[in-house]
Amino acid sequence: MATRPASPIPVSITWDTYRNERSYPFCPGCGHTHILNALNQALVRVQRDPHKVVLVSDIGCVGLSDQYFAVNALHGLHGRSVAYATGIKLANPELTVIVLIGDGGTGIGGHHLISAARRNVDLTVLVFNNFNFGMTGGEHSVTTPIGAHTATTRQGNPEHPFDIARTLSINGATYVWRGTTFDTDLPDRIAEAIAHPGFAVLDIWELCTAYFVPNNNFSRKVLQDLQHRLGMEMGLLHREERPEYAQYHRRLIAEQEGEPALPARPLTPRYHSTLHHPFRMVVAGKAGGKVRSAARLVAAGGVLSGLWATQQDDYPVTIMSGHSVSHVILSPEEVLYSGVDIPDVLIITAAEGLAKVHHFLRRMRPTETVFVTPAFSDVSTAARKLLINPRDAGIRVTRTNEVLLTLFAAMRHLAIYPIDALAEAIRILQRPSIAEQSLTALEASAHVKPRPIS
Amino acid sequence: MAREYMDGATAIVRGAIDAGCTFFAGYPITPATPILLHMVRELPKVGGVALEAEDEIAAISMCIGATLAGARAMTATSGPGISLFSENIGLAIMAEIPLVIVDAQRLGPATGGATTGAQGDIQFLRWGTSGGYPVIVLAPASVAECYTLTLRAFDLAERFRVPVFLATDKDMVMNMATVDTEALKRVPVRERRLAATPPPQYRDPRWRPEETFLPWAFEPIDAVPPMAHFGGPHIVRVTTSTHDEHGFLTKDPAKVQRLNEHLWRKIMDHREETEFAHYDPQEGADVLFLAYGTPARAMREAVRQARAAGHRVSALTLHTLWPVPEGILSFALRGVRRVVVGELNFGQYTREVERIAYREAARHGVPAAEVIGVYRVDGLPLHPEAFLKAIT
Ligand SMILES: Cc1ncc(C[n+]2csc(CCOP(=O)(O)OP(=O)(O)O)c2C)c(N)n1
Ligand code: SF4
Ligand SMILES: [Mg+2]
Repeated sequence: MATRPASPIPVSITWDTYRNERSYPFCPGCGHTHILNALNQALVRVQRDPHKVVLVSDIGCVGLSDQYFAVNALHGLHGRSVAYATGIKLANPELTVIVLIGDGGTGIGGHHLISAARRNVDLTVLVFNNFNFGMTGGEHSVTTPIGAHTATTRQGNPEHPFDIARTLSINGATYVWRGTTFDTDLPDRIAEAIAHPGFAVLDIWELCTAYFVPNNNFSRKVLQDLQHRLGMEMGLLHREERPEYAQYHRRLIAEQEGEPALPARPLTPRYHSTLHHPFRMVVAGKAGGKVRSAARLVAAGGVLSGLWATQQDDYPVTIMSGHSVSHVILSPEEVLYSGVDIPDVLIITAAEGLAKVHHFLRRMRPTETVFVTPAFSDVSTAARKLLINPRDAGIRVTRTNEVLLTLFAAMRHLAIYPIDALAEAIRILQRPSIAEQSLTALEASAHVKPRPIS
Repeated sequence: MAREYMDGATAIVRGAIDAGCTFFAGYPITPATPILLHMVRELPKVGGVALEAEDEIAAISMCIGATLAGARAMTATSGPGISLFSENIGLAIMAEIPLVIVDAQRLGPATGGATTGAQGDIQFLRWGTSGGYPVIVLAPASVAECYTLTLRAFDLAERFRVPVFLATDKDMVMNMATVDTEALKRVPVRERRLAATPPPQYRDPRWRPEETFLPWAFEPIDAVPPMAHFGGPHIVRVTTSTHDEHGFLTKDPAKVQRLNEHLWRKIMDHREETEFAHYDPQEGADVLFLAYGTPARAMREAVRQARAAGHRVSALTLHTLWPVPEGILSFALRGVRRVVVGELNFGQYTREVERIAYREAARHGVPAAEVIGVYRVDGLPLHPEAFLKAIT
């Protein structure tokens, strides 16, 4: 089979460099043949190394197209060609990526076209627009003109046709052309689009001789007049230069490559804990009150003291309103089950949190402890109640430090591990500006003494 | 001994980065969003690209395109997104795309409970695309395993050129836990096997690609072909349709049969390479606890308590769900009178265990183990009590 000459490279590019020997499978007169011939002429003109060219074909008769070219090809799912092409271009920006898509694919995958246009990904999209689904038997598509007869619009199409070119040009495409397969400048336009460094789309109107032509007495002349009937102008509709999307990502890489990715924050145990059994603590506050980050510090302080910790946070999807409840377990052994049946300690700092922990209050016994801020001193429970007033700290109590002051005061009272472990957790886990506030709260919390409520 | 305090999402992302992931596209959905956020922030630092796509279909499509152009790709979503992935999972199987897909499961059906955990996708992941061809599904049961199994997923994706799922759930991804740094073992990840570079004269475009390279020749039938990237030394044709050794569409029954048998056998003939589990046997135990994912933690707590109370129980934590690790299961089922399977669904995996239990019993001419499923579908984690109650 291998009888071709092994000549030294580079060789000159000719009409059969990109187009192989296989003959097209399309019906006689099908517009797809014209577009592919024009594409071949354009490729010969642009002279890209075939190894660096990728055709991404959609589904439909147009989806067969890539098989007649001797370049890389991906024949993918219906409507998704532009999304594959985006992935290809992002992974290797040096590739010339050309999408071959039908009006059918433009309908089912329209969102991908609009998104790629908005991003200005350097793709060339050729829309093989024959106003119907060829492959499945002439059903109407998003571009079928009003009144046209198709297999699914026998009384005439009632749907307004989708203006591909104008939609994409007002949504960020940087090269937009509309024409027909009978336009003699089609190969030039394709070549121009390939060379254009951004999202280029050519909406190419053509004949489906098997379905749309016979069903509508359609012809070359009617096709060429259609633009007037539909009020859709032809020609180069839009062209501009705008930053390209794959280049944007290359720039991010150029700026950031080599920085440590997701650096580990080791917590090396160096403090000692008095805990001999699992300790379950629930902090019930309100969203935006730093409940989760405060609970995280308490857990990390435990880890620094040789304990195993787990944390399960409960909050609504609207994170700035409603409750925020954190469940923390500290244990000398690995914590396997992270659920809490009955907490050893429950801390209530907000009504939103209280609403979520009534089941705990009901189940807690006198051996367990509930810490409350003054507003909740009358909650009813069999557990021992201790009052914490963050105002005793002597610093201004804010939305962001109230929970910290309360929790730190409770931790001082419980003496599960040294307060220095908490200070170290703050320094390791928090950004310096935030850590400073937390350390201030930690220090001030020494003045907050939990008091029994009878 | 150093420790860390982190959630599963962080461990998954760290695993992906250590596995050499260079491309991520995702669409926000609780509880998978933290993975997207980490990736967008971190991937440029290792020379990769991460982005929020316009929807899940685009996300997986971009991952597929990027992989064909040389990237190692991952995406992450939850059940609703897996539904939108469905058709492209089929394409990834057909076009033999190595790909890692994280499913942070939430309560279904449909939008279900966005912030509540579940394991309702376990059969869906296996059978979620047309054709019924195999994929690989791994399930971590700890934050450390979120890391190690992500590496494993990237490795198996390369080994078999197939989508590999990491089946996690809301609690596994979002809960924080202490991790022993030593447990974050850097599982080796195979390099991508690439087709050999052809002699330079083949760069002459007068050679047709199909004369110099057969990207889809499977010899023997269960062998995984090496990849050729777009832009690399070969011109390569990739398709979602049934294809011949060149990548041209074919309906030739012999070629079709061979291709489909290849897609099946490249994994199923080598399933022992995909079997991972943690087996904790106890001498003389005739009760076996079995679980995967978050319920495996409750199960291990139940084992601790049961043994402390004088019961004899063995425990099996499955890290591989698909292909069903039949070797491990039949081994662990030997001499077992009762199996207690704990799941956050109505017994999707219990039926697989039952199937193996009956088959093994018939094979050895012994009574089959009684398989008891303990389920929970209210969004809360399975409680150790659920296992303990089923001992007697
Ligand atoms: C998801 C999906 N739905 C439906 C189909 C069936 N299908 C095959 S081709 C086609 C229409 C293609 O029409 P168009 O894009 O206009 O291409 P043409 O055949 O006209 O070239 C459809 C709907 C499919 N392949 N995939
Ligand atoms: S059915 Fe229509 S689109 Fe398809 S090949 Fe025939 S003429 Fe072309
Ligand atoms: Mg069409």
